[in-house]
Amino acid sequence: MTDIRHEEFTALSENERVALINKGYEEKYGFRDSDDFYTFKSRKGLDADVVTQISRMKGEPEWMLEFRLKSLEIFNKKPMPTWGGGGALQEIDFDDIYYYMKASDKEAKSWDDVPEDVKRTFDRLGIPEAEQKFLAGVGAQYESEVVYHNIKKELEAQGVIFLSTDHALQEHPELFREYFATVVPPSDNKFAALNSAVWSGGSFIYVPPGIHVEMPLQAYFRINAQNIGQFERTLIIADEGSWVHYVEGCTAPNYTTDSLHSAVVEIIVKKNARVRYTTIQNWSDNVYNLVTKRTICEEGATMEWVDGNIGSKLTMKYPAVYMMGEGAKGEILSIAFAGKGQHQDAGAKAIHAAPNTSSVITSKSISKDGGRAGYRGLVQVLEGAHGSKSNVLCDALILDEESRSDTYPYIDIREDDVSIGHEATVSKVGEEQLFYLMSRGIGEEEAMSMIVSGFIEPIVKELPMEYAVEMNRLIQLEMEGSVG
Amino acid sequence: MAEQSVLEIKDLHVAVEGNEVIRGVTMTIKQGEIHALLGPNGAGKSTLGYAIMGHPKYEITGGEVLLDGENLLEMEADERSRAGLFLAFQYPVSIPGVTVANFLRTALNARRSEDEGKISPMAFRKLLTDKMNQLGIDRAFAGRYLNEGFSGGEKKRAEILQLATLEPKIAILDETDSGLDIDAMRVVADGVNQLLGPEMGILVITHYQRFLNYIKPDFVHVVLDGKIVAQGGPELAEELDEKGYEWVRDTYGEKEMAL
Repeated sequence: MTDIRHEEFTALSENERVALINKGYEEKYGFRDSDDFYTFKSRKGLDADVVTQISRMKGEPEWMLEFRLKSLEIFNKKPMPTWGGGGALQEIDFDDIYYYMKASDKEAKSWDDVPEDVKRTFDRLGIPEAEQKFLAGVGAQYESEVVYHNIKKELEAQGVIFLSTDHALQEHPELFREYFATVVPPSDNKFAALNSAVWSGGSFIYVPPGIHVEMPLQAYFRINAQNIGQFERTLIIADEGSWVHYVEGCTAPNYTTDSLHSAVVEIIVKKNARVRYTTIQNWSDNVYNLVTKRTICEEGATMEWVDGNIGSKLTMKYPAVYMMGEGAKGEILSIAFAGKGQHQDAGAKAIHAAPNTSSVITSKSISKDGGRAGYRGLVQVLEGAHGSKSNVLCDALILDEESRSDTYPYIDIREDDVSIGHEATVSKVGEEQLFYLMSRGIGEEEAMSMIVSGFIEPIVKELPMEYAVEMNRLIQLEMEGSVG
Repeated sequence: MAEQSVLEIKDLHVAVEGNEVIRGVTMTIKQGEIHALLGPNGAGKSTLGYAIMGHPKYEITGGEVLLDGENLLEMEADERSRAGLFLAFQYPVSIPGVTVANFLRTALNARRSEDEGKISPMAFRKLLTDKMNQLGIDRAFAGRYLNEGFSGGEKKRAEILQLATLEPKIAILDETDSGLDIDAMRVVADGVNQLLGPEMGILVITHYQRFLNYIKPDFVHVVLDGKIVAQGGPELAEELDEKGYEWVRDTYGEKEMAL
């Protein structure tokens, strides 16, 4: 994968690319089947006892237990939001959820339990069998010690901390406490409060001043079981002048019997540092995906969110950048794809709280088979943030008559000397585009998927290569059977 | 050489939104022949091209179109293309995010059999480079999004590049000269001339005779109000150039009315 130039790689056919990516997968990423499980899970439902038990199981310090319990109170007090997902949120049964399971528990299922269509999709994405089992939560284990030894050594030599959030709390308690919940407090919203009460897993990254982490921190996450939890909590601190790119998720269908995924991601980008955070998630359509993602950018810092959302029953996710220091920059790119029975309420927030800050929001949504996808965004320029610029571009592509797209652009400007642009388009796949492609011998279904792939290309090309390839294949699969 | 391919249009009638625009056109185009279809605006020239290619908006109300005896009218546009038909669009459509190279590779692969498999990246790159060199097209062109932000001249050259790559048996060029200045027209005509030969039959649809100064037709058809009113050799185009469409209308339009 690394031995091939980008140009050569893009010239390959999809199958060849996938084959290439899969080559050496096992050695590189260390998947293997395993059957040594052990078991713990909390009982269903949520109360102070369950929260206390989670904290005790993890051997957490007292302050974290108190934080969790306080968050639980906030969760219980806050009303359910009535906007965005609207009525669908009321259907969540909070008493019917396990709030904590050891990751290996979830793997104690049988491959036979995984629905056939999910397996088929795995095959067609060309995902190696061991990883298929892992993604489906049936028992692949990951030999982190062996495979990541070298990567870890390299990172450690640079002073980079890259741990699961649970481990970071144990191993770097002071650093952890200094930043934890400073970007997204539990009082922020009902689901941030829920996450704060029961969080488990996620990643913790600290990059020391001036350090550039050259490789995207991705493979680790992609296969680390603890991170595909329901309530993961990620905290990234990029110290002054540092640089890191973090990738989470996977385009493979994230098959889960859990119906609620509520994560919190907090990022602090210090002076002149730069962070890119890429997410590609493909949820099965029983999942509520309610995530709070927020960054604070200090002077001259840059944050880039690249966010791809496919599937789920309801996704509500609005990656935010708070530009607190002069000259800070925020960029948010998002793709939302909603099929039958799915609702993607995705978007972005850019808060300009200092002079000469700039933000760019690019949102692309696709809806088909009665799905509903849209953009909900906020651009806010606070008093004193003179010389700030913001540009919002949201494009929606609707593939049939039954589907729907919504755009809710909120703009709140409290300063005169600013430049704000907003552009929105809604298009249907046109008869003329289809006919043009078909007149060159391309079948209707393939023509349709070309148009859709082209529509999201400006964002896909920002993805790491493996993800870009998988994303395109996934769109092709989603488009199959959509014609005719 | 294998047997010559033939496109036969027999008494074709075409309606657009209920109005009959083509009212009985008959024409036979063989591989290796150059035909020109001339006519004033609104005569139904472009309708004929779209209808033969299979645009869903154009309803066939009568007649036949056969390619080597196969009924094209029963095929979807993509099948017609794979059967060997090509239409160079007057107004090529832009496809954002899809590069010229990716598009051409997909189109080429679509016409390969399962046994042949997909064209290898190396073979495709060579093919595309050769075609672009032949037509004097800059290599950077391949990486641009199809027709997105193209000038009028670039769009028409992209059409000719597609024609060169897909190598149809019969190609229809729908007002390929329209919107081009004289220099751009010459470049496009040079491109078309490069591709002419015994393997390709061509129907040049144009409003202006001047395009035919660069692409010399063997046969000329004049269409008026949805009907072919005159057929002949290259001299007919010249006569038309001298006398104008008024002459056609006076000579043939009246006669039609009198019947």
